[in-house]
Amino acid sequence: MIFFWAFVIGGLICVIGQIMFDVFKLSPGHTLSILVVSGAILDGLGLYEPLIDFAGAGATVPITSFGNSLVHGAMQEAEKHGIIGVITGMFEVTSSGISAAIIFGFIGALIFKPKG
Amino acid sequence: MLTGHRTWIFENNPVIISTGTVGGPFEANGNIPHAFNILHDDMWLEQASFEKAQQMMMEEACQYALKNSSIQKEQVSFFISGDLINQITPTSFAAKTIGSPYFGLFSACATSMESLALAAFMINANGADYILSGTSSHNAAAEKQFRYPTEYGGQKPPTAQWTVTGAGCALVAKTGQGPRITSATIGKIVDMGMTDPFNMGGAMAPAAVDTIMTHLKERKVDISYYDLIITGDLAHIGREVALDLLHKNDINIPEEKFVDCGLTVYREDQPVLAGGSGPACSAVVTYGHFLDLMKKGKLEKILVVATGALHSPLSVNQKDPIPCIAHAVSIEAGSDVT
Amino acid sequence: MADKKKKNLPPNAQAYQDFQDKREVKRPILKNCIKAFLVGGFICFIGQLISTFYIYYFDFTEQTAGNPTTATLIFITMLLTGFGVYDRIGQFAGAGSAVPVTGFGNAVISAAIEHRTEGFVLGVGGNMFKLAGSVILFGVFSAFVVALIKTIILTWGGL
Repeated sequence: MIFFWAFVIGGLICVIGQIMFDVFKLSPGHTLSILVVSGAILDGLGLYEPLIDFAGAGATVPITSFGNSLVHGAMQEAEKHGIIGVITGMFEVTSSGISAAIIFGFIGALIFKPKG
Repeated sequence: MLTGHRTWIFENNPVIISTGTVGGPFEANGNIPHAFNILHDDMWLEQASFEKAQQMMMEEACQYALKNSSIQKEQVSFFISGDLINQITPTSFAAKTIGSPYFGLFSACATSMESLALAAFMINANGADYILSGTSSHNAAAEKQFRYPTEYGGQKPPTAQWTVTGAGCALVAKTGQGPRITSATIGKIVDMGMTDPFNMGGAMAPAAVDTIMTHLKERKVDISYYDLIITGDLAHIGREVALDLLHKNDINIPEEKFVDCGLTVYREDQPVLAGGSGPACSAVVTYGHFLDLMKKGKLEKILVVATGALHSPLSVNQKDPIPCIAHAVSIEAGSDVT
Repeated sequence: MADKKKKNLPPNAQAYQDFQDKREVKRPILKNCIKAFLVGGFICFIGQLISTFYIYYFDFTEQTAGNPTTATLIFITMLLTGFGVYDRIGQFAGAGSAVPVTGFGNAVISAAIEHRTEGFVLGVGGNMFKLAGSVILFGVFSAFVVALIKTIILTWGGL
C-alpha cells in the first residue's frame, strides 16, 4: 500500500512544482527553493513526519524532504544543547543528498563529456 | 548614399562573389542539408570545447568562401564578424587564424546583416577590395551561457527556440559574378517590455516590423518589389506576430512571401520547439539556401531582415526587458539593378 | 513572474504585449501536470523500492533508510545525466524530474560536467552549485528560522 501512496503523493508534489513552472512562470531555482522552504515550515508545524509515515518515499524523495531533514537535525541538536544546536545540528540528518551530489558530480565530471 | 534617416543605397553594386556555409548534426538532419558546404556529425569537431568547435566552424566557412572564389586569403581587406559568446572570443580566435584586419561586432542573431551592411558600405565607398562577412553559433555553447548546462533536465516551453550550430560567410567584392547588395536599412533598438528569454520571437517581431516599414518608406519601394521578405529567426511565434503587425500597418504582404530562416533550417518534426535561432541561422540559410535559389534564377530580389535579442543572462536576472534590433539588407540578382 | 502585469509599461508596449499574448503558443499546462505526476510518482515509487531493499537486506530501519536511498538515486542520476538521458526526461517530465532529489543531483552533476573544460578547480568547483545553490541556501536558512522559532517557543512554553 505504501508503494501506491509513494507514487501518488510524490506525483502530487511534482504537480505542485509543475504548476509553479507553468502557471506562475517560476524558474526551477525559484520553484525548488519554495518547495524546500515549505518542507521546512511543514516540519516546524509537525506535519511532515506524518506524511512520511503515510507515503514513505513519496515524501522523502521530493526536495521538500530536504527542508524537513534540516529542521529535524537542527531540532534534535537544539533539544540536547540548547539554542546553539540550531546551527550545529543542521546537516547531521541530511548529509546524504548533498554529499552524494558533490561526490557523484565530481566523478561525473571526471568520466563524462556533455552530449549537447 | 544615405536616403531617409537610416537607409543606404549602394550605387556601385557590391557583389557577393562566393559564400561558405557549415553546419552541425542537427542541421545535417534538417530541412536544407544541400545548402551546406560541409556538415559535421558531432558537436565537438574533435576540439577541446564547444567554443573551440564554434571557432573552427567560422574558420571553415571563411575557407570555403575563399575556396569557392579565386581570391587568396591575403587579398581580403577586412573580416567583419561576431557571435553570441561572451566577448565574441570564438570569432576573435577565428580572426587570428584568418589573419585579416578585423571588425568584431555584436548584435546577437542580427549580426549577419549588420556585418553585411557594413561590408557593402565599405566596398561601395571604395574603402575595401574584398570583405569576408559572416557569423557563427553553437547550440551547446549558447545554452551553457544563456540558459542551463546542456545536460540539465530543464523543461523548455513551446515558445523556446533552438540555436543553430554552424557558420555562414559571404565574400563581398567591388566587381564580379554574383548577387548584388543594393541597399541596407540599419535597425534601431525596439523594446516592448518583453522579459521572457524563452520567447525571443515574440520580443523581436516589433523590431523586424519597424525595420521593414522604415526600409520600404526610405527606399521608396512597395512590398511587391521583393520576391521574398526573409526574417532571421522569428520562428513560429514571432513570424505570426510580425505578419499580423505588418497587416495591421497596411503592409499587405502575402503569407508565402514572408519567410523565416528559423523555420527553413529545420524540419517540422525535429524537436526544435518554435524554430531555429542564433547568429548562424540567418547566415547559413541566406548564404547557403536563398542565394543558391537566386543563382539558379528562382529569385530576383530579396530583403533579408536579421533579428537580434540583445539581452544577457545578467540583464534577465536583474529584471530588465529584452531590447531587440533588426538589420535589413536587400540582395538582388542580375545586371538590371537600379 | 508573468510579464503581463508590469505596472510602469508605456501604453504602446502594453498594447503590443496583449497583441503578442494572443498569438503565443501557450504551455500545455494540463498535459505537463499529468506527465509530471506520472514521472514524479514513478521516481518516488523507485525510491520506495530502493528503501525497502535497504531495510530488508541491510540493517536499515524505516527512519534511516532515507539516506542510502537518496545516495543511490543520485548515483543513478549521475549515469542518466552523463549519458545524456536526463535532459530528455526533463523536457518531457518538467517538474516530475526536477522536484525529486534526482533533480537536485542532476543540477549539480550537469553543471559539474559542463564546466570541466574550464578546469576542475575553477570550472567544476566554481560552477557546480550554479543551479542548486539556491536550494541549499534557502533550505538551510529557512530551517534555521523555523528551528529557532520552534526552540524559542518550546523553551518559553516549558518555563
